[in-house]
Amino acid sequence: MANTNDTEQTQGIPEAMKVPKRRGRLSIVWIIPIVAAIIGGWIAVQKILNEGPTITIIFPTAEGLEAGKTKIKYNGVEVGSVTAIILSKDRKNVVATAQMAADSRDLLVEDTKFWVERPRISGGTVSGLGTLFSGAYIGMDIGKSKQERRAFVGLHEPPVVTGDVPGRFFVLQTEDLDSLDYGTPIFFRRIQVGKVVGYELDKDGQKILVKVFINAPYDQYVNHETRFWQASGIDVSLSAGGVRVQTQSIASILIGGIAFETPAIAPVSAPAAENSVFKLFRDRAEAMKLPEGEAHDYVLRFEQSVRGLEPGAPVEFRGVKIGEVVSVNVEFDPKTYRFAVPVKIRTYSKLSNIVNSDLSKLGETVTEQSFRTSVDRLVANGYRAQLQTGNLLTGALFIAFDIFPNAPKATVDWSQQPPVFPTVPGELQQIQQSLTQLVKKLEKLPLDAIGKNLLETLDTLNISLLDMDKLLKGFGSQVTPELRGALSGARRTLAAAERSLNSLDSTYAGQDAPVQQDLREALQEVARAARSLRVLADYLERNPSALLRGKK
Amino acid sequence: MNNAAATASNLGFLNCESCGLLSRSAAGEHGGLCPRCGATVHFRKPDSIQRTWALVIAAAICYIPANILPVMTTITPFSRSSDTIMEGVVLLWSPTSWPLSIVVFVASVTIPLAKLIALSYLLITIQRGSIKSNRERTRLYRLVEFIGRWSMLDVFVDTFVVALVQLQPLMFVEPGPGVPFFGAVVVLTMLAATSFDPRLIWDQPEESYGQYK
Repeated sequence: MANTNDTEQTQGIPEAMKVPKRRGRLSIVWIIPIVAAIIGGWIAVQKILNEGPTITIIFPTAEGLEAGKTKIKYNGVEVGSVTAIILSKDRKNVVATAQMAADSRDLLVEDTKFWVERPRISGGTVSGLGTLFSGAYIGMDIGKSKQERRAFVGLHEPPVVTGDVPGRFFVLQTEDLDSLDYGTPIFFRRIQVGKVVGYELDKDGQKILVKVFINAPYDQYVNHETRFWQASGIDVSLSAGGVRVQTQSIASILIGGIAFETPAIAPVSAPAAENSVFKLFRDRAEAMKLPEGEAHDYVLRFEQSVRGLEPGAPVEFRGVKIGEVVSVNVEFDPKTYRFAVPVKIRTYSKLSNIVNSDLSKLGETVTEQSFRTSVDRLVANGYRAQLQTGNLLTGALFIAFDIFPNAPKATVDWSQQPPVFPTVPGELQQIQQSLTQLVKKLEKLPLDAIGKNLLETLDTLNISLLDMDKLLKGFGSQVTPELRGALSGARRTLAAAERSLNSLDSTYAGQDAPVQQDLREALQEVARAARSLRVLADYLERNPSALLRGKK
Repeated sequence: MNNAAATASNLGFLNCESCGLLSRSAAGEHGGLCPRCGATVHFRKPDSIQRTWALVIAAAICYIPANILPVMTTITPFSRSSDTIMEGVVLLWSPTSWPLSIVVFVASVTIPLAKLIALSYLLITIQRGSIKSNRERTRLYRLVEFIGRWSMLDVFVDTFVVALVQLQPLMFVEPGPGVPFFGAVVVLTMLAATSFDPRLIWDQPEESYGQYK
């Protein structure tokens, strides 16, 4: 095209040299966008490949969570991050959407748990301190299920025990949570073997169910006879053996704890099954006290004041605790127009256990009926309940069971639910009754008449005494001179008697008294006679024949 | 436009861009070597449209990761935060530093995009043989060429920050993977602007189309 304009104007202008023809029409420069596209595409593919599943987690609050910043960590390894946080449709929760790592697919199963890790002080441990500065992160515990899942509900609290720790869960029943909390340690022979993992009220709100986790291998020491008790604080007991101080560990003094032990007397039994329910006792003494049998409820009707009888007061048999008072009421019987105080008690039937075991020893099968029969027999022998004063200072009462042989006849009313057990009046009541009777008798006495008579008698007595006085005075003045004469006469007589006694003495007792001399001579004769008799006896002993033949 | 306007190419002359010697093209050839200095001479930049297109497309591809990938990662002992360019703009958008935010937004987001759009517009209009508003299009091209070097602002900021904030245990800043892409966008658009031959705007449609692209 340019060559067509070849004119004289272009003369003298040299021609350019030929350039070797290029092979392709496509410029080499296209490599640049291709390379760019390859790099970009590779990065995009990488990103898509690294992109794991998207999950949603529902939390009660988004406190500490931040879209784009909050990470999801498993054992400290980042496995995802929160990409968005929105309110749930009912506006009660928040829904966090999280982008997980590509290889986290098999971590997201049915029972995988999520929770927000914040700084937390509980159960003697401080956790999540790092989150003070870095902000909260979402912790994760991988479940064992095979079923995959994408929508989760976050936990309120981090789980104390993560899924891969061997051990077993148990449930403890208590009426008071006290200082227990998530992570409260559990001790077995003062070794920390587990933790409290949660608690909740039971359905009727009467008891608290504390869920605990005992690590393997210690979980095998929990069997059906095992007792759990609250080991918080220091237990100081004063007994005949001295002062005993019981604690578990310093940590448990500060934050509380639970201890368990199996009584040595308990029969050996197999380890308890997972989620077995145990009663949580207040302290060790209470826990180890009695092997609890089946609880039996009874109602005791008292017709006296039960002031000082509180629910929880002990029920004892000859000083051994066999149960406790459940409730105290007042009842009015419209037929007899009398008030009664029905006291509901619960006996942990140590006694009935003994009765039962003894019955079974006799070869009888223990049934409800045989148990009742044996109780009836006991009652027939005078087995009764009685209110007794436990503490004179506080006036606290307790219920004592004992045998009262003189008690009036009574029976257990099994028709009622719970059965009504016969009672005898309490000691104080008995004293009160006798006092009342005494006072009544005293009232009947004609005290006025007695007083009057007594007064008259006293007057007469007074007069008699006066007469007596006069008599004595007269007696003194008339009798005394004569008495004096009589006394001097008597003295003279005594002197004469002395003299005659002296002469008697010289006759019989003196050295040369004739009687003495005669007596001495007579005695010497007797001695001589005795000597010749002894010689004869000796001779006879040696020669007995002399008796017959005569002395040779 | 004025068909009679005399241009070097119309007259079959080649102008050496190295030594300025005017030469005639060899018969049947569109270019050649300068008879004086030996540099390549051509009526128009060779494959201008094709090369420019290639570079513009490459820049456009790089523009996407440059904006999606983080350009800066701030690491403290407790956290690690990566920010893309737009996140930086949003971060700066506060009552006190909004002008800075605008500067970053304009320099780092708007200008590269504007350059890509402007170059694409010029290329399309040339390929369609447009003859309208040639002066404006030429001015647009000059503008693109002029501002090209200034859009490296973000890369500069990044370089400075990464070099300065190295308080190792407490805090340090790392460049993100977006930076090379961003740099590539800027460099590729500059190359595209260079490879574009603005003389094509003025060429006659029937002449330019299919011949010098």
